[in-house]
Amino acid sequence: MESPRFLSRTDLLGLAVLALLLVVILPLSLDVFRLNLVAKYLTYAFVALGLVLCWGFGGILSLGQGVFFGLGGYCMAMYLKLEASSVENTKIQSTPGIPDFMDWNQITHIPWFWQPFHSLTLTVIAILVVPAVFAFLIGAAMFKRRVGGVYFAIITQAIAAIMTILIIGQQGYTGGINGITDLRTLKGWDIRPDHAKVVLYFVEVAFLFGCILLALFVRHSKLGRILVAMREKEDRVRFSGYSVANFKIFAFCLAAMFAAVGGAMFTLNVGFMSPSFVGIVPSIEMVIYTAVGGRLSIFGAVYGALLVNFAKTSLSESFPQLWLFGLGALFIAVVLIFPNGLAGIWRDYVQPLFAKLLDRRKPGPGHNGGTLGPVADGAPAE
Amino acid sequence: MSDETKTGLNSPLRRKLLMGMAAIPALTMLPRTSFADVPATSAVNTTGLAVTDTEVTVGILHSVTGTMAISETGSVQAEKLAIEQINAAGGVLGRKIKFVQEDGASDWPTFAEKAKKLLVNDKCAAVMGCWTSASRKAVLPVFEQYNGMLYYPTFYEGLEQSKNVIYTGQEATQQIIAGLDWVNKTKNAKSFYLLGSDYIWPRTSNKIARKHIENHLTGCKVVGEEYFPLGHTQFNSVINKIKLTKPDVIYAIIVGGSNVAFYKQLKAAGIDLSKQTLLTISVTEDEIDGIGGENIAGAYACMKYFQSLDNPNNKAFVEAFHKMWGPKTVIGDVTQAAYLGPWLWKLTVEKAGSFDVDKIAAASPGVEFKGAPEGYVRIHENHHLWSKTRVGRAKADGQYELVYETADLVEPNPFPKGYQ
Amino acid sequence: MFGDYSLSDLGAIFAMQGFAGLILFSVYVLMALGLAIIFGQMGVINMAHGEFMILGAYVTWMTSNFFQSYLPSLFAGYFFIAMILAFLASGALGMLVEWALIRHLYKRPLDTLLATWGLSLILQQAYRSIFGAREVGVELPQWMLGSKQVTDTIEIPINGMFVMALTVLITLAVSYVLFWSRWGRQVRAVVQNRVMAGAVGINTEKVDRYTFGLGCGIAGIAGSAFTMIGSTGPTSGQLYIVDTFLVVVFGGAASLFGTIASAFSISQAQSTMEFFMSGSMAKVLTLLAIVAILMVRPQGLFALKVRK
Repeated sequence: MESPRFLSRTDLLGLAVLALLLVVILPLSLDVFRLNLVAKYLTYAFVALGLVLCWGFGGILSLGQGVFFGLGGYCMAMYLKLEASSVENTKIQSTPGIPDFMDWNQITHIPWFWQPFHSLTLTVIAILVVPAVFAFLIGAAMFKRRVGGVYFAIITQAIAAIMTILIIGQQGYTGGINGITDLRTLKGWDIRPDHAKVVLYFVEVAFLFGCILLALFVRHSKLGRILVAMREKEDRVRFSGYSVANFKIFAFCLAAMFAAVGGAMFTLNVGFMSPSFVGIVPSIEMVIYTAVGGRLSIFGAVYGALLVNFAKTSLSESFPQLWLFGLGALFIAVVLIFPNGLAGIWRDYVQPLFAKLLDRRKPGPGHNGGTLGPVADGAPAE
Repeated sequence: MSDETKTGLNSPLRRKLLMGMAAIPALTMLPRTSFADVPATSAVNTTGLAVTDTEVTVGILHSVTGTMAISETGSVQAEKLAIEQINAAGGVLGRKIKFVQEDGASDWPTFAEKAKKLLVNDKCAAVMGCWTSASRKAVLPVFEQYNGMLYYPTFYEGLEQSKNVIYTGQEATQQIIAGLDWVNKTKNAKSFYLLGSDYIWPRTSNKIARKHIENHLTGCKVVGEEYFPLGHTQFNSVINKIKLTKPDVIYAIIVGGSNVAFYKQLKAAGIDLSKQTLLTISVTEDEIDGIGGENIAGAYACMKYFQSLDNPNNKAFVEAFHKMWGPKTVIGDVTQAAYLGPWLWKLTVEKAGSFDVDKIAAASPGVEFKGAPEGYVRIHENHHLWSKTRVGRAKADGQYELVYETADLVEPNPFPKGYQ
Repeated sequence: MFGDYSLSDLGAIFAMQGFAGLILFSVYVLMALGLAIIFGQMGVINMAHGEFMILGAYVTWMTSNFFQSYLPSLFAGYFFIAMILAFLASGALGMLVEWALIRHLYKRPLDTLLATWGLSLILQQAYRSIFGAREVGVELPQWMLGSKQVTDTIEIPINGMFVMALTVLITLAVSYVLFWSRWGRQVRAVVQNRVMAGAVGINTEKVDRYTFGLGCGIAGIAGSAFTMIGSTGPTSGQLYIVDTFLVVVFGGAASLFGTIASAFSISQAQSTMEFFMSGSMAKVLTLLAIVAILMVRPQGLFALKVRK
């Protein structure tokens, strides 16, 4: 029960390899343009990480993670937009000093819910709290009534749809379908030039490691074990006296917060936020990143997000027509052939190979029970 | 990421993909010819663009996949046709145009990402591209930061002007005001019902329309204004409301798949467009293809170009387009505007005597293109085009028949005073 | 807003508005029936449902083109043949998919969601490669166009009546097949207890395959019918998927009657609200109401007691 170290040896190895990749290899081998792309991919890793917790461990599949990603991203974008809409920047508008899209929609005052975003502190708090509160409301309503599985997935999907329609429809307050664009500075520091992109990349990697450590901690804690137990036999956990709903709500809120941090980093790295990251399609794509990485693997989530997005960029550069075939086939393959994703491939094929080569230990590849059972995190290495 | 390649080697998926890739024919290579009297590269390219002694690279950035592929296909075709024609006529400053095509995949960050790639990695001298406002808004900071040149083909809501963009489509007032005046005068229309898909272009356009109707047309009023989510397919309720209010004109700015549903249901509800005036600014010949000519026959559209325009430029253009892309392909307003992009760029480069973006931006105002299929266009100081506004009446065969055109070119006015 | 109108005008409008709600109701039922079978009876989350519908629409388009070119004299009746072909094509594709994909996943319903989403992407791109990215217009025979004048002021769209008649017909057929035929009893037996059903000699694999095929086939018919009122393009199917799932879930997944009741309440709510406010807001409010009700009553309107 009491684990003195929440990091096992494999975890440490995984962290080291990931750090080597993200902090040393990628920044040294890629130009700023590609590095910025990696930063964009990594924002999805936050979401995937959250999904590993709530879907992989807790068995709660949310098809609405885009909502939380969007909430975080919009909070950040609102702050940056207010800063970019100084009176002198917007003097050609009929009401200077408000965001341009408000001016186009005859809004003359900054609405009340934009007001807190004048302050960076409040913005950071909002990025973490707003999605968590929203997730809590959804989770409390659903899990207390023991809604789960498929129903939960479909309801979260409907929420994603509602959110998109609302954002697009209320364009005076949200920027509509164009989103919040033309973001410039953060506390006077220009986020657009190349050196800023590099700095933002490292900041993001640091946050990512923070989230990974938190996720590892949760997994090794009692909470993580209860989550897995719940996924396997919910009733038994309930009969043992645990409040299943509360654990689920917690996991869902944590996943929402991870997604929101990813969204905020997305806004900073990409320079705008729009409703096309909130809806149904991006939300499902986020699930596939997790599935490709291995839904039970915390490190896999990062590699999954990187791999799928990398494939998306390179395939659509060379063969735009083939991209959807490739993505579709990836979905099917990952479900049918590799249910444990990259992490599963690593564990079942690569690790034994290494073990054989190094002649250290020889576990058979087939000792795990399919998708179930606790699984050590595989850390794909170079 | 060698590890991913390693794991990928085991997967049957990868093998399938490779097989698929092998089946893709190589992109057509453009012929290279050299000219004796071309100006030196160092003189015409001082900013490190992809210009060699024989070639200049431009980018094409549209959605080939995703929901917007429906609309953007025509633009890609037109731009390729223009580039081919320019090359056949000797190229630009003696250099053949080579194009790099990227897929925006109907996804705005992808547009921004690819725009950056085209400017930073490929060093494109100009980019023809984007369709939706959202994609343009996403790439605009990229073009401004890396000082690229974008030729944007779609009619749009205005409220924008950039040194780095030439807007070859109409901004909202060019498309709206003349059409409303015409319908007011010839159809004696007094009451208008405004409809739109729920996003920025229809909302801004309807706002301009409302201001014009209420402030500039005497005795006219707006009797209803409604918006529907993108992709909405059920219009029976609003059609009943239209029947209740009996407006003289239905002013419809519905886009995409919703269009098809709207016109089919309008017809099914017994609203006969030969008796009920309907004016749209969102249905080009491309859209009629999906709606079906018989469902929309009788409606009026306010555009600057129709495929049926009767002038020598247009006849040659339509013929060349059909030769390159098949005789059944239709050409809409935006397709024509996309065709203007490469030509305007070529004319501007020749006027400036340089490929440098700053010089092109400065030389653009006043550039005129006499070979435009729509007749004659000229670039305004605000980087939009002077062009005529035309009203066409939809026929059952999917074409428009021209019923009105403004006598003079209409001045572009992206920030219209009194309409905001 | 009603001040200026006479009573008869208002009466006519309300009659037509009621009819608009009924048309929407039929559309929802048609969309949801196939899914109600696949999701409700088999527990498979078929995210490619919309793409099966669009397959039906493309089949209709091809049939229409074929009749125009080769059998113009029979064009008036082509739609019935198109619907049968659409049913067969979508059903056959459905059975193929069941065999290749779904049957491996019966124990993992959430995974069917991912796999069928992948399938939907592949189908979309396939439609785009085969039929082109542009939308196609399906030409209808003359008698299906326009409206029928009931009184001076009340007009009823013919295609709306056609959709309604079709819905009634298909609902009856499906209820008969599921509740009264021998095969329907087998389906329900497999749903309730797969192992026992197998033990008493039911070929569960075959039952699964035909059930899935039936659901997809009905989607094909729905798609075929929707060419009358909506658009046909590679990505049109995605427009339907959220609505469809909500109708099925709201009604209570395992209950066919629930699906019909939920389609009725959602369509009436939406078309009434659309009359009084903008289409966008009506849609948001309808969806919100459904989600709120589902949070209070997660099992849907009519359902067997399910606790999960």
